[in-house]
Amino acid sequence: MTHGSGGRAMAQLIEELFLTAFDNEYLRQMNDQASFQIPAGRMVMATDSHVVSPLFFPGGDIGCLSVHGTINDVAMAGAVPLYLSASFILEEGFPLADLARIVESMANASRQAGVPIVTGDTKVVERNKGDGVFITTTGVGIVPHGVNISGDLARPGDAIIVSGTVGDHGVAILSVRENLSFGTSIQSDTAALHGLVAAMVAAVPGIHVLRDPTRGGLATTLNEIARQSGVGMMLRETNLPIRTEVRAACEFLGLDPLYSANEGKLVVICRQEDADALLEAMRTHPLGQDAALIGEVIEDDHHFVQMETAFGGRRIVDWLTGEQLPRIC
Amino acid sequence: MGSKEPLLDSRDFSPCAVRIRVRGQVQGVGFRPFVYRLALELELSGWVLNDADGVEIEAQGDGAALETLLSRLKNDAPDLAQVDEVSAVSVEVLPRLGFAILESRSGHAHTGITPDAAICPACLSEIFDPANRRYRYPFTNCTHCGPRYTITRHLPYDRPNTSMAKFALCPACRREYDDPLDRRFHAQPNACAVCGPRLTLLEKDGQLIESDDPIAETVRRLRAGQILAIKGIGGFHLMCDARNAETVARLRQRKQREGKPFAVMLAGIASIAPWVICGESERQLLEARERPIVLLQKLPGCDAAMPGVAPGMAELGVLLPYAPLHYLLFHEAAGRPTGTAWLAAPHALALVCTSANPGGEPLVTDNAEALRRLSAIADAFVMHDREIVVGCDDSVVRVHKKAPSPLMGEGWGEGERAATPLPNPLPQGERGQTALARVGFIRRARGYTPRAIKLPRAGRSVLACGGWFKNTICLTRGDEAFVSQHIGDLDNAATCRSLADTVQHLMGVLEIEPEVVVHDLHPDFFSTSFAVGFARQHGLPVFGVQHHHAHIASVMAEHGLAGPILGLTLDGVGLGTDGTAWGGELLRVDGARFERLGHLKELALPGGDRAAREPWRMAASALNALGRDEEIERRFLHSAATAVREMLEKNLNCPTTSSCGRLFDAAAGLLGVREISAFEGQAAMLLEGLAQAHGPVAPMNAGYIMQGSVLNFLPLLERLADTDDAGFGAALFHSTLAHGLAEWVMAARGRTELNEVVLGGGCFLNAVLRVELSRLLNLSPLTLYHAQDVPPNDGGLSLGQAWVAMQEFPC
Ligand SMILES: [Fe+3]
Ligand SMILES: [Mg+2]
Ligand SMILES: [Zn+2]
Ligand SMILES: [Zn+2]
Repeated sequence: MTHGSGGRAMAQLIEELFLTAFDNEYLRQMNDQASFQIPAGRMVMATDSHVVSPLFFPGGDIGCLSVHGTINDVAMAGAVPLYLSASFILEEGFPLADLARIVESMANASRQAGVPIVTGDTKVVERNKGDGVFITTTGVGIVPHGVNISGDLARPGDAIIVSGTVGDHGVAILSVRENLSFGTSIQSDTAALHGLVAAMVAAVPGIHVLRDPTRGGLATTLNEIARQSGVGMMLRETNLPIRTEVRAACEFLGLDPLYSANEGKLVVICRQEDADALLEAMRTHPLGQDAALIGEVIEDDHHFVQMETAFGGRRIVDWLTGEQLPRIC
Repeated sequence: MGSKEPLLDSRDFSPCAVRIRVRGQVQGVGFRPFVYRLALELELSGWVLNDADGVEIEAQGDGAALETLLSRLKNDAPDLAQVDEVSAVSVEVLPRLGFAILESRSGHAHTGITPDAAICPACLSEIFDPANRRYRYPFTNCTHCGPRYTITRHLPYDRPNTSMAKFALCPACRREYDDPLDRRFHAQPNACAVCGPRLTLLEKDGQLIESDDPIAETVRRLRAGQILAIKGIGGFHLMCDARNAETVARLRQRKQREGKPFAVMLAGIASIAPWVICGESERQLLEARERPIVLLQKLPGCDAAMPGVAPGMAELGVLLPYAPLHYLLFHEAAGRPTGTAWLAAPHALALVCTSANPGGEPLVTDNAEALRRLSAIADAFVMHDREIVVGCDDSVVRVHKKAPSPLMGEGWGEGERAATPLPNPLPQGERGQTALARVGFIRRARGYTPRAIKLPRAGRSVLACGGWFKNTICLTRGDEAFVSQHIGDLDNAATCRSLADTVQHLMGVLEIEPEVVVHDLHPDFFSTSFAVGFARQHGLPVFGVQHHHAHIASVMAEHGLAGPILGLTLDGVGLGTDGTAWGGELLRVDGARFERLGHLKELALPGGDRAAREPWRMAASALNALGRDEEIERRFLHSAATAVREMLEKNLNCPTTSSCGRLFDAAAGLLGVREISAFEGQAAMLLEGLAQAHGPVAPMNAGYIMQGSVLNFLPLLERLADTDDAGFGAALFHSTLAHGLAEWVMAARGRTELNEVVLGGGCFLNAVLRVELSRLLNLSPLTLYHAQDVPPNDGGLSLGQAWVAMQEFPC
């Protein structure tokens, strides 16, 4: 793929690639924008830029990831995602075959999720001015009537539930990127969660908080919620669903799976009395089979997220400023 | 005396009058009755009162008597007093009748609160005297002894502001309290069996144990192998029979404390003698009113007699009873002898005595909390109804052995048993400081907190929040620094809250409003976010001080140094200004500024902090640095061995560190001393123990390389990797390390022309390294400074941070 004058033909080629893969009535209109009717209600919008290395990893690639990521951000308001846009920044020389694979994966993800990509854009930057491909996706969705989900609504006594095993994506990416001999069987959990969310909202419309613990992992997400809601949390280590391979790989690496990214998991906070119904609804959905009650919201003016360890001790699950810097003196 | 000019003429027999000002720790320690008794003895008239600045006296009489008064105020002051200044001015001679103790004049106090003190000899003889009304009363105290800091809610130090408020004095106690000639005049915690606190015995489920004699019942249970939670002065202890291996193992299992040594409480020096070596310095320290845990060299039979108490350690932590209750347990076990002579004889009872702080959380101080948190550990509870306001762990100290003279050509620690110079159980104050044998702190808490550390000059009030491990905080006022009791590791919420509470409480009892706030550079420590939050809330300037700069500044603070000096920090890790983990640093420190002159050659930390818990990972790191990666899997059968090799080869989660502590870990791992540490610092402690047992060896030839300002010990590590004899290897490691460091320091001294060297950081708790390095450095005309009034480890960090802040913000 080239840039500049000779690039015009190439740009056309790419355009066609997208048009065929994503094909839908909006794109077919060939306008600079998509126009559509929206149902009445509260609308949400989310955008996310996707940068991942490697571009292809066990369980997915940057294409489906960019679709799932934005759908999930929309869904975390309890919303039904409706439309997506996609914007590509390609580095000159990026193999067309790889691009085709990525685009195909996006198209599949979008089709499976039932959320069409209705508008988009592509730019090509000079060699060494990009990292292969960056994809930005934006999504809009509608929140069902009566649903009010927000990060500041966690209340002392509430139950904290996670939809499945944590840390998979981060460890999967790391093991392929570094070509590790251990942890190779770990797959990314990338998935669109709006179906699961719809089932959850149907079972318990009064959900307080929903969030997908992506970058920074479960630990960072829970700390964000604790601060937003002005509460503390107490987790139980023994209740945390973590794959044996993920746990082992993290132990070897000296990393904490609670800080490892997820791309197909959500954490939900609801009233304790709704927890059973919610867990049941989650466990009947394929993406929520391993859902687990991992702790509860407590009163705490320091907003500590704590964990009762397997040994009966308690430790703070910190909100890290950056990476896990050494600290033991 | 403040004024130099002769105020009084002792040849003049006509009456004169003076107003005297006494500053220091002179309230709540029986100072006014002391003055009163002196006045009566010297036939002086006038008055004495407490005020915001200390004690004020007006005395009238003949000149010679007044002169005697002035000198005795300083020299004969009560035990708990610390007189910093006595000054006098002449006043008008008036018609005066008798001498009076006047009511306190309230105001802004600058006298501070005294630390808790062990029961005094006078009170001790009362509780062993069947004819005394306090016979076997476990809460006996007087103005010379008893709890202070741990029972005080706020100033001024008066009974209503302490947890004694709820106990109304009986007529007999009231008479003592009101009588200026009584030892208990204004003794705020004064009490007796009629009116004071009482013991209660509870089963582990909280059910009351009906017993006519709770002390007899407690001893019966201890002898039967039970673990008892016993409420003391600064918190609950877990106690059990140290000679009962099964009980000690049960305590370890219930407390989930593998390997970490326990301290043992014994009746007296005579009871200690069979188990450990106790020189004169050690004896004085053990018997000092601060009653710390003292680390003493074990004698051969020790481990066999107390199996599992301090496994693998060369030393045993020993403490003597300090609360009357403790003494009464030994008294009961000895068959209730009358008088105190029995304490001079050996007694068999040895009690494991460990802080009741389950899961690394703060010491349990509250009765209800004890039942909640200790019921899975203790078989029964010994409680009382005097509330502990502030938790305070036992202090842990060691007598710093003097480096042997170089002329004697000796190695470390030889012939030091009866170090003649006195230790300095009272690091600050009038007891006289000796330059040689000294107290070295490992943990500074009960008995010492909140005693002030004198700074070289006054400055703004600073709040320094410390680091993460073994944390303390420090508040300054004028030229005094108040380092809090040991707070603990900030890895759990309860300890973090305890930091916040300690700041509030100390600000209250010291009446300090900080003007500047400081913290460590590490962004993820609770102490850092607390400091930033506190500063924002109070609109104060706040800044970070580099960890090892603070370690050096801590020692500078107590020795009155501002720099420029050379600072050698041998430590675990602390975040450097370049974002990497430092820990073996040669610094030039000048006031609030420092420069990194050099550092130890970096080693990778495979797995970050996990490498600090697993010394074998540091050994693997060393092998990788030596190009001997292929040995990693062969040497270490750990399931992660292949992964760690891969991580090292790919530089994956392998931050580097110049830490000296990790160098110890690497050595311990290579020598096969320990693969995984059961507690922080275990590998280094075991290595030290092995070196000590082996005895001195010559340093390895070319065991280190000086590459510019970087000191590289890889040749030494290579040799250790091929050494089968762990004892020899440990000795070689210490010896070569000390020689390399000494040469490195000397080279820097040559370049910088700085002749004062400050040593700081946790590795200086290692006696073998400290003694040998000091010996080598002392071969040249250098002045060496060690940590003394605070620990060299992170427990002293807050003092250093505060001193840096005071220099950054000169008034
Ligand atoms: Fe340190
Ligand atoms: Mg987003
Ligand atoms: Zn006394
Ligand atoms: Zn009484």
